[in-house]
Amino acid sequence: MKKIIESIAVPVVAVLIALLISALIILAIGKNPVEAYGKLINGAFGSQQAIIDTLIKTTPLILTGLAVGFGFRAGVFNIGAEGQMATGALTAAIFASNFGGLPPAIAIPLTMLMGMLAGAGWAAIAGFLKAKTGAHEVVTTIMLNWTTTYIASFVITGPLATGFGTPKSPEISASAQLPILMRVGAMELSAGIIISVVAAIFMYVFLNKTTIGYEIKAVGFNPYAAEYGGISVAKNIVLAMAISGALAGLAGVTELMGVHHRFLGELSGGKGFDGISIALIGQNNPIGIIFAALLIGALRTGSNEMQFMGVSKYIVIIVQAIVIFLVAADRIVKVIYARKKVKA
Amino acid sequence: MNDLKKDLKHERHEDYAVELIEITKRFPGVLANDRVTVKIKKGEVHAIVGENGAGKSTLMNQLYGLYQPDSGEIRIFGQKKSFAGPRDAIKSGIGMVHQHFMLVDTLTVAENIVLGNEPVRGLNFDLRKARQEVKELSEKYGLYVDVDAKIEDIPVGMQQRVEIIKTLYRGANIIILDEPTAVLTPQEVEELFVIMRNLQNSGKTILFISHKLNEVMEISDRITVMRGGKVTGELITKNTSEREIARAMVGRDVVLKLDKAPHKPKDVVFEVKDLWAKDNRHLDAVQGVSFQVRRGEVVGIAGVAGNGQTELVEAITGLRKVEKGEIIFDGVNVTNKHPRLLREMGMTHIAEDRLKHALIKPFPAYYNAVLGRHYKRPFANGAFLNHREIKRYTTELMEEFDVRPRIIEHLGGNFSGGNQQKLVVGREIKAGPKFMVVAQPTRGLDVGAIEFIHRQILRMREHDVGILLISMELEEIFSLSDRILVMYEGQIMGEVRPEETTIEEVGLMMAGKRLEEIRGDKK
Repeated sequence: MKKIIESIAVPVVAVLIALLISALIILAIGKNPVEAYGKLINGAFGSQQAIIDTLIKTTPLILTGLAVGFGFRAGVFNIGAEGQMATGALTAAIFASNFGGLPPAIAIPLTMLMGMLAGAGWAAIAGFLKAKTGAHEVVTTIMLNWTTTYIASFVITGPLATGFGTPKSPEISASAQLPILMRVGAMELSAGIIISVVAAIFMYVFLNKTTIGYEIKAVGFNPYAAEYGGISVAKNIVLAMAISGALAGLAGVTELMGVHHRFLGELSGGKGFDGISIALIGQNNPIGIIFAALLIGALRTGSNEMQFMGVSKYIVIIVQAIVIFLVAADRIVKVIYARKKVKA
Repeated sequence: MNDLKKDLKHERHEDYAVELIEITKRFPGVLANDRVTVKIKKGEVHAIVGENGAGKSTLMNQLYGLYQPDSGEIRIFGQKKSFAGPRDAIKSGIGMVHQHFMLVDTLTVAENIVLGNEPVRGLNFDLRKARQEVKELSEKYGLYVDVDAKIEDIPVGMQQRVEIIKTLYRGANIIILDEPTAVLTPQEVEELFVIMRNLQNSGKTILFISHKLNEVMEISDRITVMRGGKVTGELITKNTSEREIARAMVGRDVVLKLDKAPHKPKDVVFEVKDLWAKDNRHLDAVQGVSFQVRRGEVVGIAGVAGNGQTELVEAITGLRKVEKGEIIFDGVNVTNKHPRLLREMGMTHIAEDRLKHALIKPFPAYYNAVLGRHYKRPFANGAFLNHREIKRYTTELMEEFDVRPRIIEHLGGNFSGGNQQKLVVGREIKAGPKFMVVAQPTRGLDVGAIEFIHRQILRMREHDVGILLISMELEEIFSLSDRILVMYEGQIMGEVRPEETTIEEVGLMMAGKRLEEIRGDKK
C-alpha cells in the first residue's frame, strides 16, 4: 500500500509543481493564471463536447503510452511507436476497405489484428537486429520511422490514392468502423476508448501475473541474471519489441477505425512520441499510463480554450515538459526524502 | 579486550601518527561510521579488520580526503587536519594503495610513479631523472620493480609494489593498504609482508585493511575491529587470537574450521574435455581444461583472480560460448546448451557475482527465490504465475536458510550481501541439483554467513551432489575440497588432494609452476 502511494505521489506532485511554475510564466506575460487554468479545465471537461474531445485525444495516447512503457519494462527503448502506429493503420486500411462483405463482428477484430500484426512485425525488425547484432533499438526504430513515412506517402499518393488534392486512402468499409458510443454535434466518441482501457488492464495482468511478464521484466531489470536463470534474452527482446509494436499498431488502428476512417498519411502527428512522455509520467505502469494519457489529452484539448484569452496553448507544452523533467528526476526527490529520514 | 585502553591512557598526541577521533559519517539511509575513534602509533603496523560494510573503507576514505566526516576530528602527527581532497591528505604525508590499482596500463613503471609530480627539465618531462629517483626509492625500501616495463606487462604483485613506491615518491609517511592481499598468491603475500616490515623499520606507519585473520595475526602490531560502523574491539596482536578477533567481528562465537565427514564419491556426473573459451576481449581465457566431478565430491579450483576461472564457469553453465572441447553432464553432451536446458537437467549455479548474475535487485525476494524455475509447476499454472505457491515456498526457503529480514516482499537489492547470498544459495540448493557450480560462494560475507554456507555445501556433498567449487580463498578450497585443481592463465597446473599438499605447493602452482616441476624440483 505504501508503495502504491509513493508511486502515485511522484507524478501528482510533479504535475502540481509544473502547474505552479507555468502559473509564474502566465503571470510574467501579464495574464491571470487562475483564469487561464479555469479556461483550461473548462476546455477539457466543461461540456459534454469537451469531454468527448478529451477522450478522443486520450484513446491513442493510452495505447502509445502502453507501447513505450511496456518496452521500458523489458529494457528496450521503443522510440518507433510513431512508425509502428502508421504501419499498423496503413496495413489495416489496405485490407479494411474491402471488408464490406463481412459482418462487423468479424471485420472489426480482423482489422485490429491486421494492424497489430503489422505494428508487431515492424517493431520486431528492430528487436531482431538488437538481439542478433546488438544494433541499438533507438537507432533502428528511428530509421524504421522514416521508412514508414516514405512508404506511407508512396502508397497513398500512388496505388491507394483516391480523389484529388489531399493524399488519402479510400474509406474503410462501414463494417470495419468502430461503433459510436456517443455523438455530440460533429464529435463522435468511438469504442476505441474502451479498447485502449481494456488493453491497459490486459497489459497490467500480462506483466504482473504471467510467466512471460515475469521473464520480460527480468530481462529488463537485469539481462545477465535473466540468462543465468534460463531466460533467453534474445528471444525476449524480440518478443518485447513485437508486443510493444502491436500496441502502437493498435493505436493506429483505433484512429483509423474510430476517428478518420481512412489513412491520411500523417495520421499520427506525434502521438507515438507522446507515448514516451506518457510512459514516463505513468511510471511504466499500465494503469498509471491511463491517467497520464488522460492528463496529456486534457491539456491538449483544454489549451485551445485557454488560447482564446490570449495565453498561448504552448503553455501546456511547458507544463508537460516540467512534469516529465520532474518525474524523470524522481531520484532527486527520493534522495532528498531518504536524507531527511536518516536525519530524523 | 580492553588492555589497549589502559595502554592508551598516558599517551599524548605526539605519540600518534594518526588520530581519528569520534568520526561520524552518514550516507542516505546508512550510518557508515558511528563515532569511530582509532589511534595509530608512529611506526606501527595497525590492522583494521571487519566484514564488508563494517565501515572500514568509509573510514579510510575520510582519512585519505575522499569523503569529509560529518563530525569528528582527524589529527596527523598531533596536528588537527581537515582534508578537502586526496591532494591535502597526500600533502600531510598520507599515501593509499587501493584495492583496485590506479595505474595507467600503457605507461612504464617509472612514468606511472611520477605521474602528477613529474620532474621537468625546462619544459620537458625529465624521464632520466624520473627513472633515477624511482630506482633509488625501490632500492632503499627493497621494493623490486622493473622501471622501464609497461604496467600491462608486469604481474599483479609488481603492480602493487609500483603503487607503494608511488606513495613513497609523494612523500608518504603513513601508508594505507586496502585489502592488499586479495589479488596475491601466498608467495606474493609473503613478499608483501617483507616489504611492510622494511617500511616499518624505516619509520613508516602502516594501516593494513583486511578481513583475513591469519594475515592480520602475522603482520600487525595492533588491531582495530569494526562492525556495523562502530569499533567493537581494540586488540594488541601478541595478546589476542583469531578466535577473539572473529568474535569481535561477528558479535558471537564462530567455528573457524569445519569437520568434513569422510564421504565416498560415486560415479562421474560431470566432465569437461579440452575446453577452450574466450574472454570479453576475445583472448583465449580457458585453454584446454579437462576434469571430472563425481557425485558426492567437491572439486575445488584454486587460482588468483583473472586466470580464466570466470570464463570457465560461464562456459560450463551455458553463459559463454565454448570455442572447442566438450562438456558432458549426466552422460549427455551439453556443450553450448542454453542455461534453461542445463537447469532442467539438474545443474544449478551459485554465480560469483551475485549482483550481476544471481539476483535481480528490483525483484522482491519471492520472485528471486524462483528464478530459473518460475515457469514450471508448482510455481506456474500454464501461462500464469502461482503467486500463492511462490510466496509459500519463499517463506519456507527464507526460514530454512535464515535469510533476514524474513520479509518476502523485500527487494533483492535491499538485503545485505550475506542475506542475498543465502537467498541465492537456498534457491540453488532447493532446486535439488545433481551437480552444482559454486563460484566464490562467500565473497564479501561475514564469518558467520561463511560458516553457514560452508555447512550447506558439505551437506550437499553428503547428499551425493557433485560440486565444482571455484574460489580465490585458499582456506575455503582446502577446507571443503576433496580434490584441488589449480588454474593459471587458463590452464590447470596440477591436481592435488588437500591432505597430501601444502599451501606453499598450491601457491607455487597459482604462480604458474606445474605440479610436476614443483615435485621434480624437490627430488
